[in-house]
This record gives sequence, structure tokens and C-alpha cells, in this order.
Amino acid sequence: MDMVNVKVNGIAVSVPKGSTILEAARAAGVEIPTLCFLKDINEIGACRICVVEATGARGLVTACVYPVAEGMEIQTNTARVQKARKTTLELILSTHEKKCLSCVRSGDCELQKMCKDYGVEDAGMFDGFRPTYELDTSVPHLVRDNNKCILCRRCVAACRQQFVSVIGANDRGIDTHIACAFEKPLSEVPCVSCGQCVVACPTGALTDNDSTADVWAALADPTKHVIVTTAPSIRATLGECFGMPVGTNVEGKMVAALRRLGFEKVFDTNFGADLTILEEAHEFVERVQNKGVLPMITSCSPGWVKFAEYYYPDQLDHLSTCKSPQQMTGAVLKTYYAKKMGIDPKDIVNVSVMPCTAKKFEINRDDQNAAGVPDVDIVITTRELGRMIDRAGILFTSLPDEEFDAPLGDDTGAAVIFGTTGGVMEAALRTANDWLTGKDNKDVEFHEVRGMDGLKEATYNIAGMEIRVAVASGIASANYIMDTIKSGNAPWHFVEIMCCPGGCINGGGQPIQPAAVRNFTDLKALRAKALYDQDAAMTLRKSHDSPVVKKLYEEFFDDGIGGHKAHHCLHTTYVARKKFQ
Amino acid sequence: MQKKISKLPFKGTPEQAAALQKVIDANKHDSSRLMGVMHEAQNIYGYLPIEVQQVIADGMGVPLEKVYGVATFYAQFSLSPKGEYNISVCLGTACYVKGSGDLMDKLKELLGIDAEECTADGRFSLTACRCIGACGLAPVLTVNDDVYGRLTTDDIPGILAKYGK
Repeated sequence: MDMVNVKVNGIAVSVPKGSTILEAARAAGVEIPTLCFLKDINEIGACRICVVEATGARGLVTACVYPVAEGMEIQTNTARVQKARKTTLELILSTHEKKCLSCVRSGDCELQKMCKDYGVEDAGMFDGFRPTYELDTSVPHLVRDNNKCILCRRCVAACRQQFVSVIGANDRGIDTHIACAFEKPLSEVPCVSCGQCVVACPTGALTDNDSTADVWAALADPTKHVIVTTAPSIRATLGECFGMPVGTNVEGKMVAALRRLGFEKVFDTNFGADLTILEEAHEFVERVQNKGVLPMITSCSPGWVKFAEYYYPDQLDHLSTCKSPQQMTGAVLKTYYAKKMGIDPKDIVNVSVMPCTAKKFEINRDDQNAAGVPDVDIVITTRELGRMIDRAGILFTSLPDEEFDAPLGDDTGAAVIFGTTGGVMEAALRTANDWLTGKDNKDVEFHEVRGMDGLKEATYNIAGMEIRVAVASGIASANYIMDTIKSGNAPWHFVEIMCCPGGCINGGGQPIQPAAVRNFTDLKALRAKALYDQDAAMTLRKSHDSPVVKKLYEEFFDDGIGGHKAHHCLHTTYVARKKFQ
Repeated sequence: MQKKISKLPFKGTPEQAAALQKVIDANKHDSSRLMGVMHEAQNIYGYLPIEVQQVIADGMGVPLEKVYGVATFYAQFSLSPKGEYNISVCLGTACYVKGSGDLMDKLKELLGIDAEECTADGRFSLTACRCIGACGLAPVLTVNDDVYGRLTTDDIPGILAKYGK
């Protein structure tokens, strides 16, 4: 590799040719602040917070996009640089609603940290006309408050990366604001609810549509039986809310914290994941045998399902009719569990903790009420759970490890890896491999479908049958899959699609890492590793080996996998959606 | 000021749709020609309502929000239809100090619309413009291609009456 020698604040470093000043500085152990820059997503050099002095350059240059040259000497911290940054921050603050005391991002707001670092006074240096905006609260998955927007366009870029592009900059000059076409609320445009814009936002302009008040109210109501389930990926990310290293598996502490919050039972959505595999594998075999519509595509990711409904409404028969693991878990809790415990399903409040903002949309879909009441009552994101634990004064990092409650406690490694791209496919392959070969195969790892590539393809020969699969994460890859299917050239039998790049571990409801971390850390790979490590250490690694699921079919869905009873409870339907209302 | 979005119903004709399609077909291989297509579309329809922007977005293979972003960035694009008679009041410096702001207010009052809007019957639209190079006649307004100068608010009802108001 061609290397370039530069000096950053006098420190000599050698970096690959084509590196930016930002990268070279990092190599020299120097952090340059950034606001608009998000690696691979938003590289526009617009906010000018990262300006530095560099030899051979006219004026200050933006470190985030400026490439280094041989012999370049870079100064990141001169009086001139500091003054420029401070002025930029003062200008940004002049149109920023400074409700920092109650802002949900207070403490992890990137703008706030920078203003503190540069000693920017709160008193307005450039006070004058400040445009005001109404909040967009039209959707269940987020709230947009443009009064706190700094126009960095990270959300716009994240939305474009997701191939949806429902938000952008409207009008110009002082009136510039981020919104949808014709100023429509988000509920009237084809937003897939993925929340990638929320995790991209450096300030409090995009936040969860917070449901924690509903959870606190339920917990305080003695007439309610309040239970909670957690998605596979939460254990790999919740620790980040409490300053633990990215990729720390905190399953035991998470369970302990939920108990201390007052939930009567703490269950694992992994149960629903195992159940999904059995129902989905059964549906797949049926489609193959009866010459049904192929490829069959997974339906676990509500953002992906919504995308298909908006953009490929004529291809919906490719989607598995299986409900998502969240909804399957909820359906079983409100039917089987309620009956077993002798509780009226109306008195159960089922809270689910999800890595996903689209799950808040999913619970209100049609056909998600197996017991005549909603399968899931409240969805909170990983972030919202983190805030609840904080408010309750639970010292998370010093909690003991505790176990999930029975009867939905024992899960499998197959379910754990649902939280990352390729996980559902691998879990399905483990079961299909055993079913089709009639053996208890010891080799359960399918490495071809692992990894953080947006699109992975593999062909497996199982019991003489050639099975071609594809795994897509991120809507750009999903779009490619759907275009290929539409053109009639799709070679695959079975496809896994996750809405967010990397799958649920990188979901829109996950803890927000500042750009300073995101730009230099592979969050997705580290979080996924936590799940694969847990899977590798488990005895039960195949969904069909789950004793809980077996028992459920014996006791409740007694006409078997894919039978009428299971179908009523665990399957759903899809609708074609109009893009713009 | 944010651009005003007209609430008047879209009254596009099949001929206009065919003309727009022809423009799109000639340019759709290159999405960087978006602005030119929008310009042509505005020539065809007089403005760029959502119905037109949606056709452009689908035809050019770009998101509707991108088309809208461009339409609201450039002053030349309008989201409100032009009336049969478009009244344009010069708010340039010379006209403004000679009282063109009052002319504008009078027109708003008599037509019952705001600037950058069109009357419900489609007869009159009202726009503000910058200097049209007739400062000697200030304050000036135009109705389509007719120029009226050295006006006071008392002249406005008479001018409107000429066009059937």
C-alpha cells in the first residue's frame, strides 16, 4: 500500500495514500471534532467544525474530507482554528432551541459537548430571527423537532442510504429545514420507520416517540400483570447506555434490571425467534413441495415489510406469512401463557424492548391480536430502557446476573443470532439441515451467511437438494433483491431481509454512539460478535431442539407446526400501501 | 419565507400530460437534467403541483423529496398556479419607496388572496417581483404583459375592472 508521511501537531505519522486529515490525526492520537461527518454515509464537509490548518492549503480546510499529501504539516488546535470553530458553534446556537435541561439528548448531545469543550456561552452571540417549527408527532416511531435541528443532514444521508429518501432540505437560507415533500407529515410519506435517522442525529432534533411514561403507568397499576420481553440484540447493546464497551453481552444484568424495575415476569423474545424458525421452515418446505411462490422472504423486520408494502405492493406473496418474533411471543403470552396462569389477557400488559423503532409501528398493524387484545401493548427501544434504568436509580454495571423466567426462558443459540444480519438464515438452515437429512447434525455453523456485507449469497446442498439463499441487510440491498425478483431472474429459494444495515444490532432503536465513536469503530461487527460468541457457548443451538417450543406444540398448538391453531395465532397478512397520502 | 403550497385542485389536461411525458422521455437517462425538466414542466403547467412533481420524480427516477427540495430552493419555481391574469407588483427599491407595498396590500384585500396565490376561480394570481427596469414609472405593476405605472391605491379597482373583476 502506498503510504504518505505527514505531521499532525508535530507528531509524525505514516498513513495510506488517500487518507483524510481526520484519519491521519486519529492515527497520531489526535481527535478532531466533527458534526456533519458520518463515515460512508455523510461526507460533505459542510459544517466546518473540523477545520484545521494544513501546509499547502489556502485557508482552513475541512479535515473530514481533505486528503493528506506527502510532507503535509497539520495543526489542529491553533488559536485561529479554535476561533473558527467557536464562531461556527455560536452561529449554530443562534437558531438552536436551547432547552438542554429537559432534552432527552442532554448528556450525549454532540453539539452540547462541543459547546462545552469550546467554552461557547449560552447567551446568544448572534441572537436575531429564529425560525420556529411545529413538532412532527404524526408517527409512532419518532418525533422530529426542527427547532433543535442544526442542518447537518446526517439524517437525510441516512435516509438516502436506506434508499427511501423521504426527508430532505426544503426551502433556502434562513428558512432551510429538513422535512418531507410538500411539508407532509411523516405519516403521509413512504417512511419505513427504520429509525436510522434517529441514530444519526447529533442533537435532540430526532428522538424516540417516548413510551416510557406508559410503561411507568402500567407498572404502577396494581390491577395489571405487567410482563416484559427483550429482543435478541438488546443484550449486546444495552451496556452501551451505561458506558460499557461496545459488544459487551449484558443478558444477566439486563434481566436483573428489568426485575428491579418491577416487571412480574421477564421473558426472552428468543422464544418467539425459535418459534418463527419452525413455522417459517414449515412454510418454506410447503412452498417447495406445492410449487408455491419462491423465493420466500423472511418477515421478521417490520421496516422491511413496510418497505415492501410501499414499494413492491405486487410482490407481497413472496413474504412469509409468519408474524415477527415480537408478535409471535406476544401472541403466545396473551393466549397460552394467560390460559396457563389463569389470567385474563385483558389484564396483561406486555411490554417489549426492541432494537427497532419500526416495532412501535408493527404493534398497531392489522391482524396482530391473537387473543382479541393486542399481542404487544407497548414497545420501548434499547435507549428508552436505558433511561428507565437510570431514572430508577439502578446501578446497572454492578448488578448480579439473573436468568430469564420460565416458561419462556430456555432458548437456543439459533434464536440469539436473530439479532444480526444472516442470523435468521443460519437458524433456518440449521433446522432445515436436520429435517431434510433426518439427522442431528453436529456442524451447525454456516459462515457464508455471516458478516456485515449488505448482500450475501450462498448455495447449500442439503440431502441432495440444492438450496440457494440470499441475505440482505439495509434497504438498498433489499431493493436489489426485489428488483431481481421482479425481473424474473432471481436464483434464490429463500431470502432473509433485514431493514437496517447489519440487522437488528444496528437498529434504529439502539444506543446512539457519537460520530467520534461511529467513524472509527465497526459497531455492527462488535455487537454481532457478542451474539455469535453466546451462540457458540450454548448447548442448544437449533430452534427445533428448544424444549419450550416443543412443549408449546404438545400442549397448545396440538395440530402441529403450521397447523390451524398455530396459523391463527402466529401468522399474518400484508397490505399494499399508497406512497403519498 | 417558506414557499406557499397551493390548495387549489389540479386541472391538468391530457395534452399537458403528454407534453410533460415527452420532456421526461428525452431526459430520463440522466437524472442530473432534473432542473431542466422541472423548468419545462413549469412552462407546460404554469406551476409545479404535487401531481406534476410526482410524475417527474417517477419518470426521472429520483425521490419526490429531491424534486420538492429543488422546487423550493430556486425562486423561479412556483407551487401555486398562475391565474388567467397574473398580477405582478414590483417590490424593488424604487417602487417600494414610492408605495408599491400599499398597492400589494390593496390587491390582497380586493382579490382575497395572499402574494404567491391564485383566486379559486383561476382568474387572478398575485406575485411580487423585483425591479422590472421601469423605475421612472414607479410604483409599477404588470398584468400579464400590460404595464401600469405611477399608481396609487385608488387606481387598483379600475385596473382590476378592466380584466373583469
